[in-house]
Amino acid sequence: MIKFLLMVNKQGQTRLSRYYEQVELGKRASLEADVVRGCLARRKEECSFVEFKDYKLVYRQYAALFIVVGITENENELSIYELVHNFVEVLDKYFSRVTLTAQDLPALHRQCLQLFQEPCSVRIHRFKVLPGQDAMIPGWWLGLGWVKDELGLGVFIKATH
Amino acid sequence: MSDVVEKTLTALPGLFESQTGAAKITNRLRQLIKSITELTSKHEEENLIKRELSAIKEQVSSPNTTMKQMREIMVRAMYCEMLGYDASFTYIHAIKLAQQGGVLEKRVGYLAVSLFLNEGHELLLLLVNTVLKDLQSTNLIEVCMALTVVAQVFPKDMIPAVLPLVEDKLSHPKEIIRRKAVLALYKFYLIAPNQVQHIHAKFCKALSDKDPGVMASSLHIYLQLIRESPDSYKDLTGSFVTILKQVLGGKLPVDFNYHSVPAPWLQIQLLRILSLLGKEDQSTSELMYEVLDESLRRAEMNHNITYAILYECVKAVYTIHPKAELLEKAARCIGNFVLSPKINLKYLGLKALTYVVQHDAKLALQHQMTIIECLDHSDFTIKRETLELLFRITNAQNVTVIVEKMLDFLCYVPIKTLTFAPDNSWFIQTMNDVFSIGGDLLQQDVPNNFLRLLAEGKPEEDDQLRLYAVESYLTVLKGHTSHLPQCFLQVMSWVLGEYAHLQESVDRREVIRLLTQLLDQRSVSSETRVWILSALTKIPEGQTDLILDLAESLSSSQDTVLRQQAQELRHLSQDSQLREWVLVENSCAVDSSLSFLDGFVSEALAAGAAPYKPPHQRQEELSLNLEPYSFSLPVSLSSCSITDRQSPTLLSVSSGLSGNSAELSTLILEGVKRVWGKDGYLPQKEATAPPVDEPSAAVQPASQQEAAERIEPRPEPSTQNQDKQQLASSLFVGLGVGSSVSLLGKSEAPPPRFRKKPRPHESSSSSGTSKRSSDSSSHSSRNTTDSFLYGSFPEEEPATSISTFDHTPKSTTANGLSQNKDTKEDRHANTSQILGGDMVIVRPSTIQDKHPPSVSSDLTALLPADLKDLPHSDVISLTSDPSLSLSSCRLFRDEALLLVIFISNCTETVIKDVAVQLTCEELKVCTGNVMDCLEARSTSVCHYALLMDDPHTNVSLTGTVSYQTQPGHTNTLPFSGTLSTADFIRPLVVTTEEYGKLWLSLSHDVKQNLKLLTDAGDPLRTTLNALKDALQLHVVDIIGSEGIVACRLLSGAPCLLHCRVNGAALAMWLRSPHPALPDFILYHCQRALAHH
Repeated sequence: MIKFLLMVNKQGQTRLSRYYEQVELGKRASLEADVVRGCLARRKEECSFVEFKDYKLVYRQYAALFIVVGITENENELSIYELVHNFVEVLDKYFSRVTLTAQDLPALHRQCLQLFQEPCSVRIHRFKVLPGQDAMIPGWWLGLGWVKDELGLGVFIKATH
Repeated sequence: MSDVVEKTLTALPGLFESQTGAAKITNRLRQLIKSITELTSKHEEENLIKRELSAIKEQVSSPNTTMKQMREIMVRAMYCEMLGYDASFTYIHAIKLAQQGGVLEKRVGYLAVSLFLNEGHELLLLLVNTVLKDLQSTNLIEVCMALTVVAQVFPKDMIPAVLPLVEDKLSHPKEIIRRKAVLALYKFYLIAPNQVQHIHAKFCKALSDKDPGVMASSLHIYLQLIRESPDSYKDLTGSFVTILKQVLGGKLPVDFNYHSVPAPWLQIQLLRILSLLGKEDQSTSELMYEVLDESLRRAEMNHNITYAILYECVKAVYTIHPKAELLEKAARCIGNFVLSPKINLKYLGLKALTYVVQHDAKLALQHQMTIIECLDHSDFTIKRETLELLFRITNAQNVTVIVEKMLDFLCYVPIKTLTFAPDNSWFIQTMNDVFSIGGDLLQQDVPNNFLRLLAEGKPEEDDQLRLYAVESYLTVLKGHTSHLPQCFLQVMSWVLGEYAHLQESVDRREVIRLLTQLLDQRSVSSETRVWILSALTKIPEGQTDLILDLAESLSSSQDTVLRQQAQELRHLSQDSQLREWVLVENSCAVDSSLSFLDGFVSEALAAGAAPYKPPHQRQEELSLNLEPYSFSLPVSLSSCSITDRQSPTLLSVSSGLSGNSAELSTLILEGVKRVWGKDGYLPQKEATAPPVDEPSAAVQPASQQEAAERIEPRPEPSTQNQDKQQLASSLFVGLGVGSSVSLLGKSEAPPPRFRKKPRPHESSSSSGTSKRSSDSSSHSSRNTTDSFLYGSFPEEEPATSISTFDHTPKSTTANGLSQNKDTKEDRHANTSQILGGDMVIVRPSTIQDKHPPSVSSDLTALLPADLKDLPHSDVISLTSDPSLSLSSCRLFRDEALLLVIFISNCTETVIKDVAVQLTCEELKVCTGNVMDCLEARSTSVCHYALLMDDPHTNVSLTGTVSYQTQPGHTNTLPFSGTLSTADFIRPLVVTTEEYGKLWLSLSHDVKQNLKLLTDAGDPLRTTLNALKDALQLHVVDIIGSEGIVACRLLSGAPCLLHCRVNGAALAMWLRSPHPALPDFILYHCQRALAHH
């Protein structure tokens, strides 16, 4: 079971949070801070799973951004690890092609919802390009620029604008 | 179809909005996010969000705000709340937006509601009518939104109101609507299962829906249902198997593929369902064997996601009714996981193993060495998982060792928890538990670290933590205290002494009373009493009467320390001025220049004392060896830069053998009885072991050998691996019941304990091991500097329980254990024994005799052509078992040390899948190779390039060779060895001028006097040549009584040596940019000269 999804940068600022289980608002900030601290304390060569209170954290780092998923013990960590990457790929597809409006936050939340609530019915190629719309700096609201590296993989970088 | 709807949804903003409006709206949020990104402190963020929230508040209450604006405001409010700030005043507006807005506004409104409100929130009731209306709408998007929100938050009591509508949607023509309806019903099932009981048949329809999306959604419900009552759904097994087959066969649309793996998460879900269905049910399990096999086979692609599927598959195979063929395949998968260098896979492997050992404990045996390594892994998560695994295999025989390991781990916990501690009280509470449970078994550094953490925090920040501690300890002390461990009492008394004054509400008399009470308890140790008294001293004055009473009662104590403290306490409590002077608050300024001693120094100098000289200067002048005789190493103080240096003196303690340390020493101790050692007087028994410095003694008399064996396990660095193997044997004992673990043959025998002291052998000539040991120990004593003992010589094994057991069966043939001779003849039978048993034990020692040095040296002919010309060491046998024998040879290349491993097949059959894994913590291991098969009686060569970045005296290598003699039976043969820094030293060819320049630029230096070889000709030249031969140094120049020599660590840090004849000694001065390198080179020079 997936309990929450966090996108946090290295400074510990939350970029996106989505809880699939009720967590009190007051407790979220400290939970997020602890989670990111736990993930930052890990070295590169250590595995991407950490035990954290009642949860297992699965994290994946994209440049300065951490995507952390809190799951229950009985979950398959590696599949979640890949699900995170799938999520990133979906975001990449989505945000590199769609003009951004104030709708972005909702759009992102929809993705979170779809992907993590029902991972088994994931479809990647569902986002269609709207003709005549230029790609803007996507993901700006995350405070992040989104560029493509040479591998064609979406990578988050800290926004400079 | 869903694509069309989704596209419409996505396109809406662009279609409906005027360009300017969108830009304007976007700007507000963009501005907010941009400014938040630029902020540096939490405080600034707080201010900014507060401003933003008050702006939002103003806007929402303004009657002029349009719905469109409201939509934008809502997004900002969501953002603020996501950052953790309360925006509850917008909740009602979110509902309004959902109720009244157009499609776009509704959408944001619904999203905001699902983010803001939880199930029990009263405002949700206001949404019910809207949802009802939207569910009946003809607009697909509205229906869709309503179903989405229902699937996330919906008041439990109102489910009956919408249920019929949602049910209808299950037969809606649009796929996306059906899918959302299924998800909504799943939600209903989760919160109110009894309300949806009547529609189970409809779930079945969803499962067979023509759209894979709808089918996939229905699996959520089925997983839940089957988990609760597997028996009711057995008839669906066939359907799930068919679905999985179709998925595996690639029948789903390609957009379900992830990195060309078809619908991986769907596969995982199906595998979970199947394993639940097949659990303890043979006939159902039989239905799925085929598809599981297919699944195992398909998932061979090298990608994480296929490993995730494999893991699920393995779990399923072990959960359902067992089938040997599948189990074997699954076990191999686990093996691949566990041995994988990828840490995530290793973790998954351990987790799988943890699951599997509940069903088949023997599997752990195959991987015991890996498990032991994981137990010491630097990664906390891996360690934790390994302990979990050990916990599962605990039995009566290994319980002591496992508990010991767990306690070790417990000691490790507190430091780690600091990074995660969610709040102060939890932390203190946890530490209390650790202290009271772990108690005095905890290593001393746990309480120390804990106290340091409390003490070193900033006063403002950590006062809270200290307060918690004080409060919690007072509560503890008020309870029953006699059972508390001493270290916990000490921690408590220290904390109370330091920080009790922080807590205003606490009565100091109460604190004093509680502490005094402790003193009266008989169970409190005198050390703890000292802690308590110190605490009492620190508690501020004012309670003189109590203190005086206490001091009075203690002044007659039999313990002098306590008496003294009581006296001090009395004086301090009576003299407040003295007290202030002694117990200054925050008096932590340390005068590191020791200026307070200035007066003393000048006085002493005036009185004629000699001025202070740094140690190396003294050394130069005195040229006196200040070392105890057992070590011939440089005094580590002899360097200017003591900091950051790994002292070889320390290392040498482990490498200086107690037996033949005399040969290392510059002093000739031949014939002298060693009565005093480093730790004081040596027991007479050990003293009977004569110094082994007898060049002619090729074979030692039996009495000596026996004595040598009786000596405590010698702390060879290479014994580390043996330790691990012993640990393995003590951990995994009792697992392979019925398999041929030779230790278990005799159940009456006490369970072998780790670190058990050796028993003297009753038989010395018949036992292969001891014969071998005598051979090699004499061999090692003959060895000069080049004696880098490869770890698997049995003589280096401390004769522990393993070897004891190894010997005993030989005398008692009756217990049916195969003897070494048998194992050679019956190799196939032996394979399984090695598998099931302890690989350390079954090692026919005779095999090494089959490869005397003359034979092994032929092995060098097998070296690849490009390596043949390199200088190389002798070939040394590493280890062997009936099938394989391993030898190694070191090749000295300029930029690396090449370790060549010869793997010889001693059998008449082909050995397959031979893979060598080499690990070394200190060295970088580059390149390696794997061969597919090894012909009978042939030898294969693989080589590793080893790089050393930081010098170490001795580096231990461990590795395993895994191979298959029969398909499906992977055997592993561990080996180990040590390398010395000398292997990594290369000559540095420089001219005298270059040497001069380099000399000046180097910072770290060490000086030491060495033995000068005076046997023939020019002593300096002889000595330098000896060093050159032994260590591959480059002699740059020899001028009169001085010589300069240069070398480097592979192609890395240089080390320059300046040698000068100083009387009968050689004064050596080493310089290097590397702080520790000179020490190591000096150490090896010394050894080389001593051996000469």
